[in-house]
Parts: sequence; C-alpha cells; structure tokens
Amino acid sequence: MIWNEAKECMSRDEMRNLQSARLVKMVSRVYHNVEFYRKKMQALGIEPGDIKGIEDLNKLPFTTKQDLRDNYPFGLFAVPKSEVVRIHASSGTTGKATVVGYTRKDIAIWQECVARVLAMAGISKEDRMQISYGYGLFTGGMGLHYGAENLGATVIPMSTGNTKKQITMMEDFECTAIACTPSYLLHIIDALEEAGKLDKIKLKTAVLGAEPWTEEMRNRIETKLNITAHDIYGLSEVMGPGVAADCKYHAGMHIYEDHFLPEVLNPDTLEPCKEGELGELVFTTLTKEALPLFRYRTKDLTSITYEKCQCGRTLARISRFKGRTDDMLVIRGVNVFPSQIEAALMEMGETSPHYLMIVDRVNNLDNLEVWVEVDEAFFSDEIRKLEDLTKKIAHTLQQALGLAVKVKLVEPKTIERSEGKAKRVIDKRNLI
Amino acid sequence: MTIKQLSVFIENREGSLGEVAQKLAENRINIISLSLADTSDYGMLRMIVSDPKKAKTVLKEAGFSAMITEVIAVKVANEMGNLSQLLNCFADMNISIEYMYALATNKDASIIMKITDVEKGVKTLLDKGFELVCNDEAVKING
Repeated sequence: MIWNEAKECMSRDEMRNLQSARLVKMVSRVYHNVEFYRKKMQALGIEPGDIKGIEDLNKLPFTTKQDLRDNYPFGLFAVPKSEVVRIHASSGTTGKATVVGYTRKDIAIWQECVARVLAMAGISKEDRMQISYGYGLFTGGMGLHYGAENLGATVIPMSTGNTKKQITMMEDFECTAIACTPSYLLHIIDALEEAGKLDKIKLKTAVLGAEPWTEEMRNRIETKLNITAHDIYGLSEVMGPGVAADCKYHAGMHIYEDHFLPEVLNPDTLEPCKEGELGELVFTTLTKEALPLFRYRTKDLTSITYEKCQCGRTLARISRFKGRTDDMLVIRGVNVFPSQIEAALMEMGETSPHYLMIVDRVNNLDNLEVWVEVDEAFFSDEIRKLEDLTKKIAHTLQQALGLAVKVKLVEPKTIERSEGKAKRVIDKRNLI
Repeated sequence: MTIKQLSVFIENREGSLGEVAQKLAENRINIISLSLADTSDYGMLRMIVSDPKKAKTVLKEAGFSAMITEVIAVKVANEMGNLSQLLNCFADMNISIEYMYALATNKDASIIMKITDVEKGVKTLLDKGFELVCNDEAVKING
C-alpha cells in the first residue's frame, strides 16, 4: 500500500517545485534563527534571497557531525527551547553526544515517514508489530514505535535483549511484523530454531536497519522465516529511521524527498555525481523545525537514481551502502569510531596507546574485542591485578562506547605499527 | 633475604613459551625453577633464573613483557606439618600470599612465595626459626 500517494508518486516536476518552495522558506527561517548558519552564509557572501530554488542548493554551506558537536547541545536549534518536545542523542567520538531535537510538527512528520515505510513493507492496522530496537536516546525504538502507532498497527514495545522473552511474546501475541537490526533478527532466528519454534511463529514482515547488511543476509532471513525483509535507513541528525526505505521490489531505498533533499557528491571534489555513480550522500532537511540542516554530510557512500520504480513511486532511490568516507563502524546498531577507544584509553592513562579493534559476528551478534598491549607501564606479575586492569579497561570502554567490549591483553609489539595511518580495526563481518 | 624472580607475560598461542626458553638458552641463562599460571587469554611465567637482569633485557629485546619481582624462598624440611606451620605464621601476622610454587631441590624442598609484606614476612620467618634461601644459594641449589 502507498501511504501518501500524493507525495510518494508526484511527478518529478511537481516534486522539484515543492522542494524549491520548501527550501526557500527554510533557508530564510534558518538564516534568521541560527547564528551558525547566518555566519556561514555571510562568509560565503550569500543571503536568503540568493536561494531561489533547488538549483541554488550548491550555494549553501555544508554541515558535518563536527559542527553539531561544536554547537553542543542546542546551538543549532532554530526554535525556542519551549517548542522542542523531544531530544534524542547519539554517542560522539570524544564522549560528547550529538544532540538532536524535535518540535511537535517534527515528530508528526517523523511518524508520517515511518508510517510510509511500514505501509510500503505491506504492514497495516491489522498487524501486531514487535519493536525490538533499543528505546531511549537512540532514535530506533521510539521512531519505529510512533510510526507504527500512526499506521494503526498494534505496537509491542519490546526494546532489545532478552531473546527468550521476545520469542515468547512473538509466539503468544502472534506478532506479524518486527522491527530490529538485521543481525538481531538472525540471532532470534537461531534461538527459534534451537527451540524448534520456527514454524510456530506468524511473522510476515521485518523492517530492518540501523546497521549495514547484505543481500545474502536478506535472503537468509527471508528463507528461514518465510517473510519479506525490508531495509530502512535514517540518521538521527536528519531525523532518525524513516528517511528512506525499500519497497517489495528491493530496487534501492526510496527517499522521502518532500522532507529530505538528497545529493550524492564526489567526496573529494564535492561535485555532484551522475546518476548511478558512487558518492557521498548529503541531505538538506526541507521541513525540519527544531534542527534544520543544510547539506549534512552523512559520510555514507551510495549512488542515486531518479527513475520511476515499478511500485509506482517516483521518489529518488539510493543503492545499498558501499561503505563510508570515514572510519565509523556500526556495531550492534551503535556508531563507533576508533578514535573513541583511543581517547578513552588515553584518558584512563594506565595502558599502552596501542590497540586493535576486532569486530566479528558470533551467533549473528556483533562482538567487539579490543586488544591492548601489556607493556612496562602497566605490567604486573600478579594475575589478579592484570584481571582487575582488564575489567577496568572494559568498563571504561563500555562507558565511552555504550557497548559491551571484551578486552584481551596481548604481548608488546603484537599490534602492527605502520608508517602513517596505523591499522586499528579488523572487521571480520564482510558487510560490504 | 629475598630473591629475584623473573616474570614474563605470555600470550596463549603456539610456541610462545618455547620462544622464551630459547632466548634464555641462547644467552646461557639457566632456569632453576618455574611456574606457569594460566588464564583463558594469557599465561604468566614466573622463574628463578641464573641471571635475572640479563634475562629481562634479552626477553625485552625479543618483544616480551618481563619484570623482576622480589620474592622469598623458604626451606621446608621434608617432614609432615612443616608447611602448615609456615602458613600459620603468616596468617597470625596478617600477611597474605599472592602466589607460591616449589623450588626444586635434591633433598629438602623450598617454597617460593610472593607475599604482601616482604620485610615483615622475612622477619617473622627468621624469628620462628625458618631458614630462607638467598639469591646465590637459590641459583646453585641443584649443585
């Protein structure tokens, strides 16, 4: 089903007109309400009047995650704080979170976008939907929750973890849809198989996201559960889950362009890529009130097409992500930068600065192991002390990353030193 | 009356213990006694060697983490109840034992111990009539 046919199937001309009108209004509002952007525009010698439509988009300045951090927590908000009805946040590279805010209207648009995604995945008010994303500052849980409620489905707010209970609810409530990370669903499948319950559950659809995954994983999930699995994309800076998703043809993810204006740019020259050419995905929000962003660099690598989809939608589509322009990893749906580990170890000051992250998938769950070299500085011949230290490092890293970490002590010089950029990460998951 | 013990951090992988032994052999360092404590990820090799300082240097050059720790070696006559007596002494004085292992000898045994308070421990044992092994003696203990 198409939730909002007027918007999802409008002609390209109509879409460009709508985007242009919204962009002009939003630039003027941002210029007058956000000092950061006003200064940036002034430095570039442009005024709101210079932006007459989306053809002028390339005159606008870029925004990076660093800009959000520099303006922590509310510096980029374009509305009085009293208008903000919700805050979400994601972990940052240096301990400080990236904070995002929503007005009542922002939340309503988010619910609309997620409802579009779910309707596109064939979910309706007849469905019982288990939300097994984390609830809290992370946008996954609440984003899907309110979208599914908007759609009219029966929402079961499970959050993450306690797989046994998840399965009991799934079975007893006869859940027909689930939203979670693809790796967690694979983990649930294993648990179902082990309990001999694969044929007892009534799932039809899964909406999966918050981490990179592959067609092979989709095939495995669809075959094992006899369901359709859809890909949902989003990032908290732009909104949260529901910025884009794929339809039953799985021919790329449809972007809700009436709210989020996409560009795909060559990450080196920042010139637009041709359709189908790989580049960095960049978003300009068109309707966001609390945190409008100009040309936000997602660092995600993809390609775009404006060709009409078989499903009837005219929205631009992006391909599966082919990696990132930075070293960010997504582990169990949590964004992790190697520099966070370095910063946490340095701050602790009791270990050698040489570390290696090993990311692996065991029983379909991501595992992060951090190797730390035992050197003069913190060597003890008492195992108890080494174990205490291991625990302390693991605790410090868990606090910094929001993720459980296994710490392994290794002999000195085990970790490869290289000229220039050291190899800090071994990712064994083969997600791209 | 303490002796110097060499401790080496060893990862759980094939051949790492052998590498340590080889380095010591190449440098003509004799191992008088050893113990290996293990965890799931790594082991701690503790040794009494003929030249701990040199051993530490060569092992560090070979990329191992090695350190020298002060431990005591107590002679325990080959009679029943002797170890029990020794341990009671420490318990009475609130001295804890971090770890212990045997120092191989021809007739009477000796026990190597890392304790919380070396000075107090040594004094206690001498007062109670125990015999401690000094460094030179330890190195030559097997003749």
